[in-house]
Amino acid sequence: MALLTLDRTRQQALSVSLATGAYGLSFGALSVAAGLDLWQTCALSLLIFSGGSQFAFVGVIGAGGGAAAAVATSTFLGLRNGFYGVGLAPVLRPMRGWRKAWAAQVTIDESTAVALAQPAEDPPARRAGFWWTGVGVFVAWNAITLLGALLGSSIGDPADWGLDAAAAAAFLALVWPRLAHRRARAVAAASSLLALALTPVAPPGVPVLAAALVAIAAGWGHPRPEEVPE
Amino acid sequence: MSAYAWMWVAIVAAGVLSWTTKDAGHSVPEAWLENPRVHRIAAFVTVALLSALVAVQTFASGRSLVFDARVAALVVAAVLLWRRAPFIVVVVAAAGVAAGLRALGWG
Repeated sequence: MALLTLDRTRQQALSVSLATGAYGLSFGALSVAAGLDLWQTCALSLLIFSGGSQFAFVGVIGAGGGAAAAVATSTFLGLRNGFYGVGLAPVLRPMRGWRKAWAAQVTIDESTAVALAQPAEDPPARRAGFWWTGVGVFVAWNAITLLGALLGSSIGDPADWGLDAAAAAAFLALVWPRLAHRRARAVAAASSLLALALTPVAPPGVPVLAAALVAIAAGWGHPRPEEVPE
Repeated sequence: MSAYAWMWVAIVAAGVLSWTTKDAGHSVPEAWLENPRVHRIAAFVTVALLSALVAVQTFASGRSLVFDARVAALVVAAVLLWRRAPFIVVVVAAAGVAAGLRALGWG
């Protein structure tokens, strides 16, 4: 019954944590199939803690690639997390010490999206969105990674349950409130088209990262303040 | 060193680099953020990256672009969002549409 008393932000955080965590099952299974052991698989989820980077790491190893290539690919795919910290600055600062270290570890697509989907005039809701989602995904992702590594290939494909579409729909729902103004909608459309145009020709990670160029173009001039997403 | 030990070195290195990347964003000097241009770009960056992520998660399969059950699921999600449906309804409906279409053998 606790679910009924959770406020809207925490409900979002919880649903995102469960949907994202479910993918830990595929990660755990794939990692073991790629030849890593149980401890290495769990260490990847605890230490890297960024889904795309982790799938890339075990993908390179599974394909017979070297450890250095796995580290490089994983790091490249995680570069967008660096941008998120800048976008979250008005929400989370000031921070220092362990709090800042933990905030960094749980700065991922999901925690950023839920934080910034809350109204700009409600900073506590934005902070709650970040922390509940960040910690919620961290707990679910690591617990379910362990389960996936133990169960191995006996589990099904999360896509059979539509979880891949659920993840995309969740991000769409989270970015939706930030598209109130025409300029933000233009940025979203141009970023999507650029990423899709680059998908067949650029290495994984580049298409999404390239969208930052659209943001630079949009913010460089002098848009009216109300056109800039808070 | 054994191959097993090297794998551990790679895992720890990837973890340290991941955390360092994330922490770098949180460590950008306050003075930079006070620059109006940096502030505006930072605000647009999250919209741009998350929109690109939605597009890639909907249409990309490895390095090719495909039309499959995800596209139908996202169209349903967009209509529900436009009709102001709650978050959880949007997410569950999208999963249901994709799972249903796949069970019927499409996408």
